[in-house]
Amino acid sequence: MSTAILEAEAPPAVTVTPTAPARHTRGHGLTRSVGRLVRRSAAVVLFLLLWEYGTQYLLDPARKVFLPPLHEVLRAWWGLAESGQLQQHVAASLTRSAVGFSLAVVAGIALGLVVAWYDGLREFLTPLLEAFRNTAALALLPVFVLLLGIGETSKISIVAYASFFPVLLNTIAGVRTVDPLLVRAARSLGLGSLALFQKVVLPSAVPTIFTGVRMAGTSSILVLIAAEMVGAKAGLGYLIVNAQSSFQIPDMYAGILTVSVFGLLVNTVLVRLERHFSRWRVAAAAR
Amino acid sequence: MSAHIELRGVSKEFALRPTRDQPQARTLVALEDVSLEVPRGEFLTLVGPSGSGKTTLLDLLGGLSRPSRGSVLVDGEEVTGPGLDRGIVFQQYALFPWRTTLANVTFGLEQQGLGRRERVERARENLALVGLEGFEDRYPHELSGGMKQRVAIARSLAYQPGILLMDEPFAALDAQTREQLQDELLRIWRATGTTVVFITHGIEEAVYLGQRVAVLSSRPGRLKALVDIDLGDRAATTDLRSDPRFVHYRHEVWELLHDEVRRAQDAGHLKIQPDGTERAA
Ligand SMILES: Nc1ncnc2c1ncn2[C@@H]1O[C@H](COP(=O)(O)OP(=O)(O)OP(=O)(O)O)[C@@H](O)[C@H]1O
Ligand SMILES: [Mg+2]
Repeated sequence: MSTAILEAEAPPAVTVTPTAPARHTRGHGLTRSVGRLVRRSAAVVLFLLLWEYGTQYLLDPARKVFLPPLHEVLRAWWGLAESGQLQQHVAASLTRSAVGFSLAVVAGIALGLVVAWYDGLREFLTPLLEAFRNTAALALLPVFVLLLGIGETSKISIVAYASFFPVLLNTIAGVRTVDPLLVRAARSLGLGSLALFQKVVLPSAVPTIFTGVRMAGTSSILVLIAAEMVGAKAGLGYLIVNAQSSFQIPDMYAGILTVSVFGLLVNTVLVRLERHFSRWRVAAAAR
Repeated sequence: MSAHIELRGVSKEFALRPTRDQPQARTLVALEDVSLEVPRGEFLTLVGPSGSGKTTLLDLLGGLSRPSRGSVLVDGEEVTGPGLDRGIVFQQYALFPWRTTLANVTFGLEQQGLGRRERVERARENLALVGLEGFEDRYPHELSGGMKQRVAIARSLAYQPGILLMDEPFAALDAQTREQLQDELLRIWRATGTTVVFITHGIEEAVYLGQRVAVLSSRPGRLKALVDIDLGDRAATTDLRSDPRFVHYRHEVWELLHDEVRRAQDAGHLKIQPDGTERAA
């Protein structure tokens, strides 16, 4: 926020044109963002260099088989990509996590809104929800496999299950923490219960809900990879364990690398979304 | 012609939750037998010690709560809930932080079922009225306290309520901004002819703004006095606040309030119970 706006107190008749906060000039902005990029990626680059050269010069040859240098992994990755295998695994994982995650988000928000709105229901359900939430989803993986088999259903279900609770609990928290003063103001403006919910409670809960959505995204990937490692015919988790058991170590690392990039991308998108939807709150808190 | 607002023997009691010290449930009398008439177009200010039930009274007028006894009438009809015939301006602005200035002002208009074009037009007019042209697209966190309160006032004015209820709206502002907004409020009041009930704990503010000052006693709140303020032609006096008449009224209200403050002070060696009774410590 620019100071000009802060100081534009009371008489806006004084020529304070309310323009958007001034951007940095082009040239400065460029050097600045390049500098920031260097600073932020330095640790990652160092790590990759250590991986590439450390494995070649520091590791004893017997170990090198289990920890190949980066270029071998990248070559393996390229090979997998060229043969189309990688795409197939990524597509399998992406479909499962997207379906499970979407189901969880829809169900979590819908149920969360209902539970938060009815005090009695909330009191009744909270202990149970707490118990479920604090049970690691992966601990239930065998149950899902027993009940739903090792097909798509069980994997999508466990992803949905793991993503469901962060969304649900954050939705409840978001609705519960709406500022009572705003509710009073809205009531004084003649809003009934439904309009109040739609125009005040919901928008004020959105940032909290999106925090839950982001958390759900992270846990959905975590749980999915683990589930694919236990029993699957495709998917990144399957790629990793399968490569390990058939002793194609570079392929295994190529799979791990893909998982990490995949997770990073999903998280970045969700963080962006979260930030977008909580702009007004972040800025309000900063003041 | 009946009064615009009428309070008939209004009492308000709150049921107190039993606490560890006071295991039995009790009631707190916040307002006791308040009767008052406010003619159409009057600017009435309301002062009283903290806890004397000012906000409680405003909530009753706004229809946000119902009296325990007695009745609140607007235009001769009993108030049963909030309505767009009354606008409330709260001390803490109560703007919707996810809405821009313009969208905050259109909030009440959306309830009236006005079309979008008309809403925006009306909102712009009212933002201009409070001197905030050009700030339509700002979010509340980008505004200063004084500007936020202007938005809140514009929001209440926009749907043209006959009555404006204000609960210490300028208390959180610095002295200069406050005086500026006081003058603007008077200007708007004269231009719109709205009936205003303005709560304050500032004696000077009460005398400066009000045509009448209502003084509430300390808890339980009763109507202690009504002081008519006649400052003659305001425009003729440059520094109204040092005008002898102003000083006189200020002193009068101060003395009325002072009794109440002393009562509270005398209670200093007594312990005020949560239900409003006093007990030796
Ligand atoms: N919802 C409530 N439940 C119980 N007691 C309440 C409630 N609302 C107000 N009271 C009590 O009623 C009394 C009057 O409160 P009120 O807020 O009207 O005072 P006030 O005159 O506005 O004070 P201030 O100048 O400090 O704002 C207080 O003793 C308060 O504790
Ligand atoms: Mg109050």
